[in-house]
Amino acid sequence: MGGGADRKGETRRLIAGPFNRVEGDLEVRLTIERDQVVAAHVNSPLFRGFEAILAGKDPRDALTIVPRICGICSVSQSMAAQHALAELQGIAPPPNGLLAQAVVHAAENLADHLIHFHVFFMADFARQIYAPRPWFEEVHELFAAKTGTAVRAAIEARATLFHVMGILAGKWPHTLSLQPGGVTKAPDARDRMRLLATVRQFRAFCEKQLFGAPLEEVAALETADALQAFAETGGPAYAKTYLRIARDLDLHDAGLGPPRLMSFGGYRLPDETVFGPGLLRDGRKEEIDFSAIAEDLSHSWMLGEAAHPARGETVPDPQMCEPGYSWCKAPRLTGETVEVGAIARQANDGHPLALAMLRDGRANVHGRIVGRLLEIARLVPAMESWVRAMDVSEPFILHPRRIEDGAARGLAEAARGSLGHWVTVEKGRIAHYQIVAPTTWNFSPRDATGAPGPLEAALEGAPVLRGETTPVSVQHIVRSFDPCMVCTVH
Amino acid sequence: MSRLTPAKKTMLWLQSAGCGGCTMSLLCAEDPPLLDALDDFGIDCLWHPTISEESGAEVVALLEAIAEGRQKLDILCFEGSVVRGPADTGGFHMLAGTGKPMLHWLRRLAPKARDVVAVGTCAAFGGVTSAGANPSDACGLQYDGNLPGGALGAEFRSLSGNPVINVAGCPTHPNWVVEALMMLAEDGIGPDDLDRLSRPRFYADHLVHHGCSRNEYYEYKASAHHLSELGCMMENLGCLGTQAHGDCNTRSWNGEGSCTSGGYPCINCTAPEFEEPGRVFTETPKIGGVPIGLPTDMPKAWFIALASLSRAATPERLRANATADRIVSPPSIKSTNRR
Repeated sequence: MGGGADRKGETRRLIAGPFNRVEGDLEVRLTIERDQVVAAHVNSPLFRGFEAILAGKDPRDALTIVPRICGICSVSQSMAAQHALAELQGIAPPPNGLLAQAVVHAAENLADHLIHFHVFFMADFARQIYAPRPWFEEVHELFAAKTGTAVRAAIEARATLFHVMGILAGKWPHTLSLQPGGVTKAPDARDRMRLLATVRQFRAFCEKQLFGAPLEEVAALETADALQAFAETGGPAYAKTYLRIARDLDLHDAGLGPPRLMSFGGYRLPDETVFGPGLLRDGRKEEIDFSAIAEDLSHSWMLGEAAHPARGETVPDPQMCEPGYSWCKAPRLTGETVEVGAIARQANDGHPLALAMLRDGRANVHGRIVGRLLEIARLVPAMESWVRAMDVSEPFILHPRRIEDGAARGLAEAARGSLGHWVTVEKGRIAHYQIVAPTTWNFSPRDATGAPGPLEAALEGAPVLRGETTPVSVQHIVRSFDPCMVCTVH
Repeated sequence: MSRLTPAKKTMLWLQSAGCGGCTMSLLCAEDPPLLDALDDFGIDCLWHPTISEESGAEVVALLEAIAEGRQKLDILCFEGSVVRGPADTGGFHMLAGTGKPMLHWLRRLAPKARDVVAVGTCAAFGGVTSAGANPSDACGLQYDGNLPGGALGAEFRSLSGNPVINVAGCPTHPNWVVEALMMLAEDGIGPDDLDRLSRPRFYADHLVHHGCSRNEYYEYKASAHHLSELGCMMENLGCLGTQAHGDCNTRSWNGEGSCTSGGYPCINCTAPEFEEPGRVFTETPKIGGVPIGLPTDMPKAWFIALASLSRAATPERLRANATADRIVSPPSIKSTNRR
């Protein structure tokens, strides 16, 4: 590690880690020439082996174990597993069950967006390196790690929002309330009012402090110009502070992802999927070909061959041999990298502002942040409507059926993107379980063709200032993905 | 206005082979929220992976300073299991940016800390990361499941003389952690404050059964048959609330929740080896129709006698509600005044 003068043509290397304000541990190796990153290698340094832990267990036990893969995407893991088990059981929740599952899932995703923006991402603009900027004093007051007033306000708003879990899911994280047939708590009339009160309190936080505007006004923004005009009018708001910084630092030019954005579809309701699924390839919408997913192991510390997750294995290489450099596998769709996350979800749903944030069909640091903010503005009103649509006189769950044999996949959208579980059951036991998590896609290592993963490619060209050991540009790009490293390798 | 503030205590937080959920839960602390609690009790958070600004080389320099005794450390919080694999190298978690296993860092830093807190059941006993075939050879700081030992060894004591303080739970309730930190900052925690498994007694001397909203069903053995039904979950649905240590039903989670109020059984997540119950989590094994697993401290003969008596006396209201997901038979209204 360490800096040193960069003479023309001189190559140097930096190892950035422990890379914090991401979920879990992360190491990024940077190759730097002159004043920019020319290559990046992303290492997910923790292996636990959940897929092996699940093998041999009763399929019902997956619902206790998989949420514990991740303390931040806990509900998403439950949702993916229960979708797979529902397919195996051949059942589907009644309308109330779908609504309640969506409310619980949305609460987690909203909380994750909140923590990402206020606690993980914005703190880097309060670093001393930005002291000369005209916005520094304001940002430091709001977003300095641990002390920022916005940081503290957001943590409190999140704790209040999670009362949704206390009412509907027992607790968070690691609820067992999400079942293939619905949810285990049938809220009564009073619970329904309490849920509505909690979501409306969260709306008030968003409208007063985060946006300084009604959520419907934010959700109606359609162009980059309209977004900028929004930032420059009305009273102060955390998101507006960010938008001014983004313009000053040209964050829309930073950290370009691949021109392929994927979403498995946000929230399944009785009549529709809110934030519909799809693949945006070079800006054109396609259906996802699930048979074309393969996890490449060429640069992972994993033994075996590239395979579809319905067949793939997870056998760690105890020697940690080269050219492996990460415990993360490299999922590819038709041999290509794809990016997942809120911007992919919103763009696949066709929201004009999300599409306007893409540059040549690619996400970027700014687009990823706007994607999340937009999703908050759209999701809170949706959540209110879901609570109101619950009919507390009707059932919230169907009884389960036994599973003897079968194979299924369960899909969900975590805050940070597409999550898939592929499950095979034989003689009433889990015979095979594979998980491909959002950050497995985004932070994958190189594949057999040598193609870098989405983050690795996004880091190429990032500027490095003299003396920097963990370049701030790299921090912005890495954190813009809202990575979850514990899900990544699981 | 001046306030009595205790001298600053320093805290370092490390995460290893867990899900990070104990930190995510900790951020749900209310009255006061986490960061206010740290301020109010004079706890200086040197570094926490989730909330601190410092990244990379800045963090490595801090760890070195603590390990070399140049930086005082009062409280080391460790979240997640310690992985020893493959083949005792600890290579399944090399702490990013250091080229060294987390196992190595833990063993260097723990002896420098006045107190060491294992946050969550993974850090305390191994937890879910050590389930199944335990692919990463995970263990707790001072326990490997039920066996004393673990990553630091049974004889380990921090500078205060305490063993590792096991704030077990999967996840931990935010206030179990906050209150343990408050105690450490204010008066310290002594051996009498910990139970046999080194869990703080302030929450571990209670049973999850205490205050459970299903207690009337338990009393009359009116049992639920399916998740979501209102009856007692001990007989059929694997609930361990009568044996599990924790105050989950006398202090609520996320406002007003708990596992049992959420419609699913207690899985005894504060205990060593809860992750491998030897049965399906949500099903009570039975021998000859009699459920296995007695309430803690209950003599078997008396339990069976009382259970059969109370089952015979089950009010119709409870029998009806026990297998419904909402109250179908409300309590009758009667005057309680003396006449």
